[in-house]
Amino acid sequence: MALLQIAEPGQAQAPHQHRLSAGIDLGTTNSLVATVRSGKAETLPDQQGRHLLPSVVRYQQSGIQVGHQAKQSEVDDPLNTISSAKRLIGRGVDDIKTLGSQLPYHFVDQQSSVPRIKTEAGDISPVEVSAEVLKQLSERAEGTLGGPLEGVVITVPAYFDEAQRQATKDAAKLAGLHVLRLLNEPTAAAVAYGLDKGAEGVHAIYDLGGGTFDISILRLNKGVFEVMATGGDSALGGDDFDRCVAEWIMQQAGLDENVSQGMAKRLMHAACTAKEALTQTEQTEIEVPIGTGESWQGSLSREQFNTLVDPLVTKSLMACRRTLRDAGVGVDEVQEVVMVGGSTRVPRVREKVGELFNTQPLVDIDPDRVVAVGAAIQADILVGNKPGDEMLLLDVIPLSLGIETMGGLSEKLISRNTTIPVARAQEFTTFKDGQSAMAIHVVQGERELVADCRSLARFELRGIPPMVAGAARIRVTFAVDADGLLSVSAIELSSGVQANIEVKPSYGLTDQEIETMLRDSIAHADEDKQARSLREQQVEAERVIEALQAALVEDGERLLDATERQQVDAALETLRTVSKDGDQEQIKNQIAELEKSCGFYVERRMNQSIQQAMSGHSVDEFDQ
Amino acid sequence: MLDFSKNYFDLFGLPVGYIVDASSLADRYRDLQRVVHPDRYANGTEQERRLSVQGASLINEAFETLKDPVARAAYLLSLHGVEMDVQNESTQDMAFLMQQMELREELESLREQAGPYETLLDLSGRINKQITDLVAQIAMQFETPNDEQLQEAREILRKMRFLQKLRAETERVEAELEDRLN
Repeated sequence: MALLQIAEPGQAQAPHQHRLSAGIDLGTTNSLVATVRSGKAETLPDQQGRHLLPSVVRYQQSGIQVGHQAKQSEVDDPLNTISSAKRLIGRGVDDIKTLGSQLPYHFVDQQSSVPRIKTEAGDISPVEVSAEVLKQLSERAEGTLGGPLEGVVITVPAYFDEAQRQATKDAAKLAGLHVLRLLNEPTAAAVAYGLDKGAEGVHAIYDLGGGTFDISILRLNKGVFEVMATGGDSALGGDDFDRCVAEWIMQQAGLDENVSQGMAKRLMHAACTAKEALTQTEQTEIEVPIGTGESWQGSLSREQFNTLVDPLVTKSLMACRRTLRDAGVGVDEVQEVVMVGGSTRVPRVREKVGELFNTQPLVDIDPDRVVAVGAAIQADILVGNKPGDEMLLLDVIPLSLGIETMGGLSEKLISRNTTIPVARAQEFTTFKDGQSAMAIHVVQGERELVADCRSLARFELRGIPPMVAGAARIRVTFAVDADGLLSVSAIELSSGVQANIEVKPSYGLTDQEIETMLRDSIAHADEDKQARSLREQQVEAERVIEALQAALVEDGERLLDATERQQVDAALETLRTVSKDGDQEQIKNQIAELEKSCGFYVERRMNQSIQQAMSGHSVDEFDQ
Repeated sequence: MLDFSKNYFDLFGLPVGYIVDASSLADRYRDLQRVVHPDRYANGTEQERRLSVQGASLINEAFETLKDPVARAAYLLSLHGVEMDVQNESTQDMAFLMQQMELREELESLREQAGPYETLLDLSGRINKQITDLVAQIAMQFETPNDEQLQEAREILRKMRFLQKLRAETERVEAELEDRLN
């Protein structure tokens, strides 16, 4: 028998081994990765010193290009170069019809609810495009840090609905990343600012990115970031500014709407360049080649530009007012406004936001990087590098969740701006004798008609014990976790029978589809699938062992008697052995076994910490 | 884990009663979430993560309930064994109902007015005042409640629900007016 290495409690592992983690800002236009090194959070550059990675992927028969190189081919090879994955992710084929006119791609006509784009390298879903961007960034981080990442925090617009969040998480899974948390972009920015300055009180985060706009109202209190309300527009951003300018150029140049895809891209590039120039100067010259050797020349003043984009800025301010009302705070209560996103460089935006909140907006941290920096700080804490840190983020669900009732109406179950995680139960009954199945349609949105809300998923409950109509009492629990993701469970109350639930996501990929993609991508990389999943299971086992060991060091003496301690140690030892010598299945079973046999200890620990938290407030506070 | 059978007041270590000190409620809420929230277990075991999501959800639910004077009243009533039929029961107080109808008409006619903001402000001021008055009344009923007082509290709560809906309606009109302005 091999000599087992038995760790003494208190010296289980190298103390405070720094775990590698990263924060990733997966943007519409550009993406970034940041990490905490020597206590400082900073974005990481590529080998050429560039921090921003264009969120562009080019699919060719010869292979896949990501980032700057791909971006260069946008004009010459628009059909195979995908640059708007974030606008498409978690969206359905119907949404694409609305967005489609702005996008050059060829969408594949198919049954699946997820749109796929025809490229030289095959049909590609937006989830796969985002996965490529994530892969590139995590490789950059691993290269810089010199080891594999244990976990990442990925940011999403606060206004992303459930399907868009789920799709983002799927992309991370495809990229082989362990997601510690999906973090809302404005909250990430607040973390970056808040920790820097120890700020307290009500803050507004105005986040205008390339394709999305978010506004969040937060209350900061002793390290707790409490989101009071969030709002925005998932289809409003700097790209729309560019489009306004591009349309103006077309008008001036006498071009009609039916320009070629390549021409459209050139116009957008020219518009974007003009917009950027106007952040510095009062007037800029524009030159666009408009066909056979000809080009159009003209100049645009900042004043003209302001007139062009004002309707868009106003749209964002309206969302700000609505969100303030949702938060129940007046403009005068907002202490500071933080500006996030490249589009807040536009002077008109700063001016108007400053006017609304009656304060000079904060722009100290580079608006392009602030989100990634905040995500890195959060990742560092979540991965366990800062035990005892007081920071806590309490976020909300951005859009109400409801279920379809008679007449196509949505009955709200969880209203928007409810703090997550949250669980709500609803009771249903059968309307036919012996009915054994039931369908539930979950939607997200504020409107009364189901048709005006976004369909999230259809659940089918099966296995309801046969009873007369109206006798069954089925309690369905809708739970939203800290990532804003929904899960549903159901139980028939009179019999205690757990109903089976089959989920049909309206816009997402099914678990099977993800499996298939994972398999494909692995086959592509010539990696042994068995080896990979064994490795994944081993990593999971390591995580469980480490978590338990750390717990034992902390309070094993106090919370366990000798027999219990033996039991826990034995279970730990078995898992350690199995994870070295066992196969994937054995390790998985042993993890489950350990969680079962040590469950009492985990519960005792949580209770203990709750008691400790409450003991700070003794009842005599009220005995005066 | 969290004792799910505890009532919300016990969970927060607060005395069972209608009067709740908002700042100590918020303090305790934050302290509880600091130890239970899933972020504390992001790298923990599957079981820890599951328990912490359940625990944090319960604490959020409890906080929402105790924070809101209307939800708190309903919860306290149910602790005293009075379960209300939210969908179907309504006050029979004719004077109150008449007054509600007038307020509603006032709100409806706002949309057609030239300068509706003043009226809207005044209207929501009056609604809030009424709610505040009811909160004071119901607090009295809950001091040392007997059956009669519980029934009285139930009646007050029915009225509170009316006003709460009206307030939501007012906010919607306000949003509408603002959107129209832009």
